[in-house]
Amino acid sequence: MQDLLWLVPGLPLLGFLVLSLAGGRLSRPAMAAVGTGSVGASAMVATLVALGFHEPFRQVLWEWMRVGEFAPTIGFRLDALSLVMILVITWVGFLIHAYSCAFMAGDAGYRRFFAIMNLFVAAMLTLVLADNLLFLYLGWEGVGLCSYLLIGFWYQDPANGRAARKAFIVTRVGDTAFAIGLFFLIAQVGTLDIEEAMTRAGSISAATAAALLLGGAVGKSAQIPLQVWLPDAMAGPTPVSALIHAATMVTAGVYLIARTQALFALAPVVQTMVAVIGAATLLLGGIGALAQRDIKRVLAYSTMSQIGLMFLALGLGAWPAAIFHFMTHAFFKALLFLAAGSVTLSLHHEHDIFRMGGLWKSLPISFATFLIGAASLSGMPFVTAGFFSKESILGSAWERGVGWWSVALVGVLLTSLYIFRVVFIVFFGEAKTSVAPRRDVLLTLPMVALAILALVGGWIPIPVGVFEPHVGVASVVSMAGIVIAWSLRAPLAFPGVDFDGLYERAFVRPFLRLANAVGRDPADAVSFGPAWAAATAHRLASATQTGSLRWYAAGIVFGGVVLLAVVLWW
Amino acid sequence: MVVILGALLLGGLLAWVAERWGEVWPRGVALMALAIAAASSLVPSWRGEVAWPWIPRLGVGFHLAVDGLSLLLVWLALFLGFVSVVVSWREIKERVGLFHFNLLWVLAGVIGVFLAADLMLFYLFWELMLIPMAFLILVWGYGDRVRSALKFFIFTQASGLAMLVSIVALAVFHARTTGRLSFDLMELQGTPLSQGAARWVMFGFVAAFAVKLPAVPVHTWLPDAHTDAPTAGSVVLAGLLLKTGAYGLLRFVVPLFPQAAAEAAPILMGVGVAGILYGAVVAFAQTDFKRLVAYTSVAHMGFVLLGIFALNPMARQGAVLQMIAHGISTPALFIIAGALQARLHTRDLREMGGLWAVAPRMGAVALFFIVATLGLPGLGNFVAEFLTLAGTFQMRAWMAAVAAAGVVGAAIYALSLMQRSFHGPHREGLVMSDLSVREVVVLGVMMAVLVGLGLVPQPVLDLAGGAHVGP
Amino acid sequence: MISTTHGLILAAVLFALGLTGLLARRDVIFVLMSIEIMMNAAGLAFVVAGARWGRPDGQVMFLFILATAAAEVSVGLALILALFRRARTLDVDAANRMRG
Repeated sequence: MQDLLWLVPGLPLLGFLVLSLAGGRLSRPAMAAVGTGSVGASAMVATLVALGFHEPFRQVLWEWMRVGEFAPTIGFRLDALSLVMILVITWVGFLIHAYSCAFMAGDAGYRRFFAIMNLFVAAMLTLVLADNLLFLYLGWEGVGLCSYLLIGFWYQDPANGRAARKAFIVTRVGDTAFAIGLFFLIAQVGTLDIEEAMTRAGSISAATAAALLLGGAVGKSAQIPLQVWLPDAMAGPTPVSALIHAATMVTAGVYLIARTQALFALAPVVQTMVAVIGAATLLLGGIGALAQRDIKRVLAYSTMSQIGLMFLALGLGAWPAAIFHFMTHAFFKALLFLAAGSVTLSLHHEHDIFRMGGLWKSLPISFATFLIGAASLSGMPFVTAGFFSKESILGSAWERGVGWWSVALVGVLLTSLYIFRVVFIVFFGEAKTSVAPRRDVLLTLPMVALAILALVGGWIPIPVGVFEPHVGVASVVSMAGIVIAWSLRAPLAFPGVDFDGLYERAFVRPFLRLANAVGRDPADAVSFGPAWAAATAHRLASATQTGSLRWYAAGIVFGGVVLLAVVLWW
Repeated sequence: MVVILGALLLGGLLAWVAERWGEVWPRGVALMALAIAAASSLVPSWRGEVAWPWIPRLGVGFHLAVDGLSLLLVWLALFLGFVSVVVSWREIKERVGLFHFNLLWVLAGVIGVFLAADLMLFYLFWELMLIPMAFLILVWGYGDRVRSALKFFIFTQASGLAMLVSIVALAVFHARTTGRLSFDLMELQGTPLSQGAARWVMFGFVAAFAVKLPAVPVHTWLPDAHTDAPTAGSVVLAGLLLKTGAYGLLRFVVPLFPQAAAEAAPILMGVGVAGILYGAVVAFAQTDFKRLVAYTSVAHMGFVLLGIFALNPMARQGAVLQMIAHGISTPALFIIAGALQARLHTRDLREMGGLWAVAPRMGAVALFFIVATLGLPGLGNFVAEFLTLAGTFQMRAWMAAVAAAGVVGAAIYALSLMQRSFHGPHREGLVMSDLSVREVVVLGVMMAVLVGLGLVPQPVLDLAGGAHVGP
Repeated sequence: MISTTHGLILAAVLFALGLTGLLARRDVIFVLMSIEIMMNAAGLAFVVAGARWGRPDGQVMFLFILATAAAEVSVGLALILALFRRARTLDVDAANRMRG
């Protein structure tokens, strides 16, 4: 059973290969079947592996390369952490794929869509299963590439291409820090094998390594200061957003820090930095979500904020709580995106929440599922999964100090505020647009399945500390947020830190100016110099060739006289 | 070894003659010659050594030897030879015989460079590859081809002259200590040189190799030559001629002048880093598809220079792998540029856009090679760049860190290339056919090689690791 | 008896005259004649030198110069004819098509 582990990322990869190499001959239903089926099969295999899971093990396929002592493998390692990850990724990924069959039904790029989605899942699974950091980096960059391709999926619109490149380049800045971190680890411990590197990490300056890895995590997980790409990434189709936000991509940073926990534990400064970044992003994302008009952008800022919460947990050393929240977040955020997608699909791709309203009657299933997702996101006590995971983070924050706990509490307030504001604006009030409900069982079933998970998904591990005094506070705060949300249904706008503009001025424009300045390659002057000298010499020499016979004769005479003079007087 | 060179040289002559029987004949002859050469390169017994006296009075011998590094590059040369013949099938219509003569002679020169173990013989092959290459640009090129061919010729010829002076000087110094004039690489290794002499003699070699590599700021012949060369010319130029520079550094400069090389290493690594960053920025500003790719070559060869002079086994392996991987990925991009030019009659990116809509297969293939260029893990270029930088990091950490910024630059220019050609709004009337079967086969094989290099690079690393002259 | 010095001075004067003519004249026939004068000046110098040493070499050289001069005149006149046919002029300055 355990030997099948390689099939978990292998099957989606196979799906990608089939679709991209031979897909031209497939009918559209067959494409959907291959695309969804491969992820479904992978989910089955993951479940089988999970059922037979007793203790961590590794499966090495082959040695990737060997240079001296440095010998990374193409190999997988399964432990409790990666087990949770692969189950969430494959199952949530499968549901999103199934939803996409209907959502993307009319699109010309059907095959391309499923091919890249499969590759996306395969890359993410590689990332979480890799037994060494280099192989992890392969998945890491693969995820980045797929997000680029999917955000810019509708490539004809330059704005989408821009958003896609922004996502790739901003995350690559983080990735480069990550890569330098890998070089540092190779130089210091001589291996990238995660287990070995973690055990040997005590002997090196862990702070440098941890800070560099944090750079990568910040980029991928859209944390301050590299968060700017995430809102724009909404340019892609809605299922892509669901996949990026719930199962893949943005959670990679959380996973990386959890995976290299030992390293961070050795560097308290960096770990505190993780918590600070998480707390800042939690608040910034929450405030940002309040100011949005586009339903998907609200969810994007929400993801940023929730990942910030996970970072906060990681920074406080509570990585199980962070991973727990990752899991429940995957359920309810995927649900929210799919529900939002079904709403926009029924409204002719209308994304502006202020042009929606009163939809609860016409779109009951979307309403119900969105409401469940929102409840889970804001942590409604006892009945939702989000409650348990959030409480476990709050509980660990409480143990580390009231300061952290109150920051998290403000985050909780903001969360229920912005999400229920959306619920009230979109589903209540008066109807503003004509609705053409799309009913498709492939749209509905994944939403229902995710709704169930968003409710019961919190029971899987036994939540600890539910009955401590601070628990009640968080629930009350969350409820209060809902009440305030009712009174905040008008559009909001407030000045925020304009990161985009800042980066535009600090990096983008100087780069463009530089590129313009050197675009004609000033180094070519190297060849201009000798070329100019040769041309000048030629001009001077040819000026003596007047063509006049008498001029030449005079030249001969002059030369003869000079020679004679030299001979006579030397 | 002699069979390989002989097959190519004779095949070239025969292809020229065969022109009179029809257009297909030279192509067939060229393929046959390449097949013979390739077959003999696979026979293990040829990997011995050939050492015949040639000009005994001057101590010049016809000495060929092969090791892992040479073998890899010879295979790369033969592979790209096949690719070149196939991609010029439709492009070259005039003087087909002469074209294949030049092509095969360039290949013979390049392979001779990779095999020569005598410095005079090396210089002979070095010049041999230069002249037919200039003709390839001059006769079958585009645009301002006369200027480009001349520029290429003058740059390489002038720097080659510096190398010739150094070769002679080295032999003379050697004769002074041993009393015997010899140009044999094995004998010249370990020639005791005073510090100053070693510096100057090495400078001559480095000048020739740096121009060929090309290193900033003597790279400026490359964009012109690439832009105006026919597709096969660009393939050979990017895939092979640039590698001869790197090969020369690995084979001659580092072993002959270990002391001086170690002293000059920080400067040369700095030049490499400068190339990485400069190439990335300038590439971004280009509007001509081929010119953009040419500047990416400057950036990539910067990695090679950095890796060679990190003087660290890991970085060295990375540099060798980069030579091979770049030798596949960049020619492939030139093939795509050539295919676009054949269909659209322009290489100007401002006139392209949205081509994915009409040629999805070409778009996907281009995407593959573009992400290979930006160093996506799983493909050969990544392993190469990673090893180079990881090795460099152990020697000079900050240089590796600065060079890593070039990886971000690579993402910027690579994605902008993709955006301006295949993505973006599709223009009305911009219609073209997708890749033909012939092109798909060629590019497909190249894709497979890159994936192989990316996932199972060990055989190549093993070959590259055991690099030393002699049997 | 004329002294060697006088003879050589005469030769030098003749040479200078020829040279002046060569440089100053534009008519190509006069140029040719000036060249003849210069050659004869050289011949005279040979003869004077031969007489000074009492050897026949000087006179032998003069015969050579005569032969050369004859050959030169025939080639020169042919060139002049060709020039005249092409340019319809005997002005040397008009024949400057080789200007660089």
